[in-house]
Amino acid sequence: MDNLRQKAKELLESKTVNLVIGYENGTNGKARAVFITDPEKTGKLIYDERCKQNLAVYLNKHEVKHYGKIAIVAPLMVMRSILVLVSECQVKKENIVALGIGEDGSLLDFPSLEVVEKYVAKIPLGNPQSDQEILDKLNAMTMEQRRAFWQNELERCFKCYACRAACPMCYCLRCTVECNQPQWISAPAHPLGNLEWHMLRTMHLTGRCVSCGDCGRACPLNIPIHLLTMQQAEEAFHMFGVRAGTSMKAESALSTYKPDDKENFIL
Amino acid sequence: MSLSNIYVPYLMEIESITEEAPEVRTFRLKFKNQEEGENFNFKAGQFAEYSVMGGGESTFCIASPPTRAGYLECTFRRTGRVTNALSKLEVGDTVGLRGPYGNIFPIEEWEGKNLLYIAGGIALPPMRCVIWNTIDKREKYKDITIVYGARTVNDLVYKNELKEWEERPDINLITTVDPGGETPEWKGEVGFVPTIVDKVAPKAENTIAIVCGPPIMIKFTFPVLKKLGFADENIFTTLENRMKCGFGKCGRCNVGKYYVCKDGPVFTLSQLNNMPAEY
Amino acid sequence: MTPEKKIIDRVALDKLYESLKAAGNKMFAPVFRNEQTDFEYNPNASEISYNHIQTTQSVKNTVFPKIENLFRFESSQKGVDLLNIDFTKVPRVVVWNAHPCDAAAFSALDSVFNWDFKDEIYNSRREKLAVIGMSCIKADENCFCTSVDLNPGSVKGSDILLTPLANGTYLAEILTEQGKAIADANASLFTASNGENKEEVLAKVEKQFDHSKVTENLANGFENPFWHEFSLRCIGCGACAYVCPICTCFDIQDESKAGNGRRLRCWDSCGFGLFTLHTSGHNPREIQSQRWRQRVMHKFSYQPDRNEFIGCVGCGRCSRACPVDMNILEQLVALEKLEVAK
Ligand code: SF4
Ligand code: SF4
Ligand code: SF4
Ligand code: SF4
Ligand code: FES
Repeated sequence: MDNLRQKAKELLESKTVNLVIGYENGTNGKARAVFITDPEKTGKLIYDERCKQNLAVYLNKHEVKHYGKIAIVAPLMVMRSILVLVSECQVKKENIVALGIGEDGSLLDFPSLEVVEKYVAKIPLGNPQSDQEILDKLNAMTMEQRRAFWQNELERCFKCYACRAACPMCYCLRCTVECNQPQWISAPAHPLGNLEWHMLRTMHLTGRCVSCGDCGRACPLNIPIHLLTMQQAEEAFHMFGVRAGTSMKAESALSTYKPDDKENFIL
Repeated sequence: MSLSNIYVPYLMEIESITEEAPEVRTFRLKFKNQEEGENFNFKAGQFAEYSVMGGGESTFCIASPPTRAGYLECTFRRTGRVTNALSKLEVGDTVGLRGPYGNIFPIEEWEGKNLLYIAGGIALPPMRCVIWNTIDKREKYKDITIVYGARTVNDLVYKNELKEWEERPDINLITTVDPGGETPEWKGEVGFVPTIVDKVAPKAENTIAIVCGPPIMIKFTFPVLKKLGFADENIFTTLENRMKCGFGKCGRCNVGKYYVCKDGPVFTLSQLNNMPAEY
Repeated sequence: MTPEKKIIDRVALDKLYESLKAAGNKMFAPVFRNEQTDFEYNPNASEISYNHIQTTQSVKNTVFPKIENLFRFESSQKGVDLLNIDFTKVPRVVVWNAHPCDAAAFSALDSVFNWDFKDEIYNSRREKLAVIGMSCIKADENCFCTSVDLNPGSVKGSDILLTPLANGTYLAEILTEQGKAIADANASLFTASNGENKEEVLAKVEKQFDHSKVTENLANGFENPFWHEFSLRCIGCGACAYVCPICTCFDIQDESKAGNGRRLRCWDSCGFGLFTLHTSGHNPREIQSQRWRQRVMHKFSYQPDRNEFIGCVGCGRCSRACPVDMNILEQLVALEKLEVAK
């Protein structure tokens, strides 16, 4: 933690960056995002097991972009999200300094995002174990059982869009649910409208989800919405052999065509 | 219907459609239920929610004056979902209408004064109602000046009426188009509305200025009027905030402690000075 | 009417619930499911939670549901027909076991849906609603009812307010004619009270700020850097607005197939980027700090000014629901101390 604070302080002092995004102690024992511009305030930074929010979501926020060069505390999911955002031209790589956090919580030295790519390449990627276990159970169900499970979950959704707002990859200025010429899917939060929207969101995140789980954590109604995109992350890996957030080159599974892509899923 | 319901619109039939400019249309509407029509009272400045069943609702002013009974008119540009749906309608089709909502231009207080109307682009419709309203009571007002500008000659709306106003000796009409928007035959001014107002330099004494137009035009016209000596309380405008309900419930048009749908859409510059610039 | 006090025991309470349900009321009561406590319609008496601190959602759903039919339309050769909603089909609803903050919220909703234009759809639901409140004997760090003129035992908005007493019975304060009708119809379930004092069992909720000071500071704080600083974390979702018992922003949408369909009212939030976007592309509240400011200003400055109520009952739901720990209480305390130029 001291290393992290020290490094953040140096970056601000030397004006290498104008803003540091990290975690601080929030209210009622929670950890939360903090935005630091004053080197003297870097003492607020913390990193522990409560720091679960995917901070990369802020990189696309108007008020944050405004700061120009930004350092961001980056555990694995944030590193991967940065790589996706760079590959999709959402952030400029020269504007980002990743304050990498290793699996053991230690500060990693990342002089550039290329080094982040190399680091990520060495780590076995996949869904968090606890989530994968639930997915395995769901996958073992019959189609009818699974449909019933999701209908029951999604019916409750009131379309607060916290899941979408929490996800760094959900940055569209107008989400399909808000496009109304034509109205592709129903906007109201009734069971059908909910199902339609979540299916579309899931498809749009296929091959782009980094399995951080933040959408599910954000849901005030405890709908495990992250399981949908996490399942698709696995599907995309099995079909196309790529995982999201491993490279700054644009090779998102669903928007890149390769002659050797499997085609057996095409009906 | 057992109990009334403020969300249920009147059903209106499209009596005629006028193509005003590219993508801009005027509907003349009449009430399907005559009794509803007779009980419908509105004043200049008010607006309504127009809808296509299945296509949604949209807010526009009532563009015809209350002095012309028997019909209502609205003018809209095809831009969003609802105006697209409206554009597909033909004479005889049905439109829903809720209203009238909002406050009014205090035209009775303006009696005995000069009126200076300044409008830009598609903002002539909100003003047309009050213009006709005061023209229909011409003897009550002194000089009436209208400065109207659009991007190009083709974008000027109400071309027939502009001609009529032009020809009337008791109305001083000045039309202008943005530089580059003129045609070889164009006889009006060329230049942005604020510049033309500056050039025409109407006198501020005993005069009310009414300004409607895109936010940018309004922003640059106010200082010109101030320079000419207009007091803030003699400058009127209408705000075009996004609205849904029209009656102070949905929260969409809330700016500071005001609700544009209830307290507006008509505001004086002195009122605007006292509210956050969230319009 | 002058309030009456009675006693009801735990077994009789379940019977009262079943009796109201059997009388044809739709019961809106808190249940623990999906790892949270939230209101549901018509749970079994045994499923009802009596030991939660706060439900995820509020009671506004009973009078302002997430989707409301406004009317239906049908098209035919002859034109379009509008079908008003059948107000006789609006169900009688009993809100069961709502905390005082929730019960108090109804008066704010009444005011919004009735100032000037009367919203018949809202009113038809409201007229058929009875509220059985439950005083709080525990609270958490997010609760701040006492800072907004309420308290864990406030009677405001309840027809009957129950308070769980130390001996396991409940003190029932019968507060309105409607409450009396319920008590009278179930008279055998109640016993006489004996001067029981509810104050000693109520949760202790310290007053955290002076709301009139907040309102005063807001009047001069529109341009304060506070808004940028305190809202950088906000991701602009609708969670805080949707769980709030007082937020009433809504959208109007059509749904139809081949000319037949309905017009709906659905929840919306001033925190969404598209909320105020004009068709022209101009957006009066372009960035999140402006939208966050709108939320706080609306509740603590504009509503007190225009509607004479504070747009917040201190339930703390928004703080609990926020995915990024935008804690409203923390912000209000900071706003009370804000240095503003007058
Ligand atoms: S888990 Fe959810 S929030 Fe995280 S990247 Fe995937 S879709 Fe986005
Ligand atoms: S966060 Fe939950 S309730 Fe909100 S839109 Fe997403 S799934 Fe629905
Ligand atoms: S603003 Fe927050 S604390 Fe206040 S009433 Fe709404 S949800 Fe409760
Ligand atoms: S304060 Fe929290 S819940 Fe409200 S919009 Fe911001 S992130 Fe969402
Ligand atoms: S348009 Fe709904 S409150 Fe003004």
